[in-house]
Amino acid sequence: MLPRRPTMTGRSHIVWTVLLLGFVLRAGVAFSADLKFPPLTGRVVDDAGILSPSTISELDEMLAQHEHTTSEQIVVATLGSLQGHSIEDYGYQLGRSWGIGQKGKNNGAILIVAPNEHKVRVEVGYGLEGQLTDAASRVIIENYITPQFRKGDFNAGVLAGTGAILRALGDDAAANLHSEAQPIAQPSEINSPSFSPLLWLLLIVIILFIVSRRSRYPYVMRRGGPYLGPGGGFGGGSSGGSGFAGGGGSFGGGGASGSW
Amino acid sequence: MIVVAAAIGGASGCGGINQLPTLDEQVKAAWSEVLNQYQRRADLIPNLVETVKGYAKQEQQVLTEVTEARARATQMQLPPDILSNPDKFKEFEQNQAALGGALGRLLAVSEKYPDLKSNQNFLALQSQLEGTENRISVARRDYILAVQQYNTYLRTYPGKWIAGWLYPDMKVRETFTISEQAQQVPQVKF
Repeated sequence: MLPRRPTMTGRSHIVWTVLLLGFVLRAGVAFSADLKFPPLTGRVVDDAGILSPSTISELDEMLAQHEHTTSEQIVVATLGSLQGHSIEDYGYQLGRSWGIGQKGKNNGAILIVAPNEHKVRVEVGYGLEGQLTDAASRVIIENYITPQFRKGDFNAGVLAGTGAILRALGDDAAANLHSEAQPIAQPSEINSPSFSPLLWLLLIVIILFIVSRRSRYPYVMRRGGPYLGPGGGFGGGSSGGSGFAGGGGSFGGGGASGSW
Repeated sequence: MIVVAAAIGGASGCGGINQLPTLDEQVKAAWSEVLNQYQRRADLIPNLVETVKGYAKQEQQVLTEVTEARARATQMQLPPDILSNPDKFKEFEQNQAALGGALGRLLAVSEKYPDLKSNQNFLALQSQLEGTENRISVARRDYILAVQQYNTYLRTYPGKWIAGWLYPDMKVRETFTISEQAQQVPQVKF
């Protein structure tokens, strides 16, 4: 209101300035970049919609088993858009936002596929950089992933790449769930006969529950500082069953990228 | 009324009198990560230079340039107060940027030698170097962010009062000014 303006005396200016500074500082502490991340709905987040349901369930099985034996969290993410950022820039912030890997160990990794930008990246958390080195990540991308992507087969590329990542981490069992020869009659302890409609329904309900809980938080990057762990509002400790959450691991830009 | 407003501002945003030391520790942690990653890059270079030499002896000039830039960057004595010493901080940043530039030229000339480009050792070094450059830029961004928070707190009220009363020796920290583009090793496609 225009007539009120003259009442802004010097003193109330100071008051407003102080209040504003409090606000600015708060905003500064809860720093938010303009990046938006898809919700972490599971070990496979197919935001770009390029993977088939059978690929997703196969990946999920491999990755869940791997975490079960090693506590390392490996996640596959396909992205609809990198929002104008480089995949390196996007990748580590995605990892921090999701908090992939266990807190303190930072033993997470993400296979990121951006089909529209034709970019792929293996983003490696601090704790796995020793095993999944940059050179190893590049070899995985060049030998297992991009050859399939060039043929237009995202499913095969992601499956082969994930298997190679798990093997690089010394997990032959989980990696061999997806052998090149392929299923036909693979006796698997996990695929118990009744792992069908009812369990899937349960799984979906749980996922929906988690998603609805999480959607209270904005999927905008928030972090207090570089070493305060992840920004996202995820609880600690991963849950062993079908629900999946980031354990609170952090990322520092390790890994390798490729394009096709 | 001013006091009330200040109290509200303080309570809502600043987390009390321990905020400044906390921010200071974050700056230090971010800085040691920066040093760590620059060191990692420096450690990769002798091996890279040796490998390139084996295939491209005639690129003596670029090789010498990299070796000298590495020497300047690693032999620089960092004073304990480097984070609040503008001249030294700038010198540090310039040395690292010069090394980054020289490395970029080395990788660029490597493109001319197909045998080198298919050497497994070279490929491994190259991807490690690219990864390290990426880690450096992440560490730099984390550092810039940490310093931004620390400096903002130190330069604004009520942090300025708190610092004046309780932490008179905490100084404004230096931050990186040379753009990341200028530092970046050009991506080598092969």
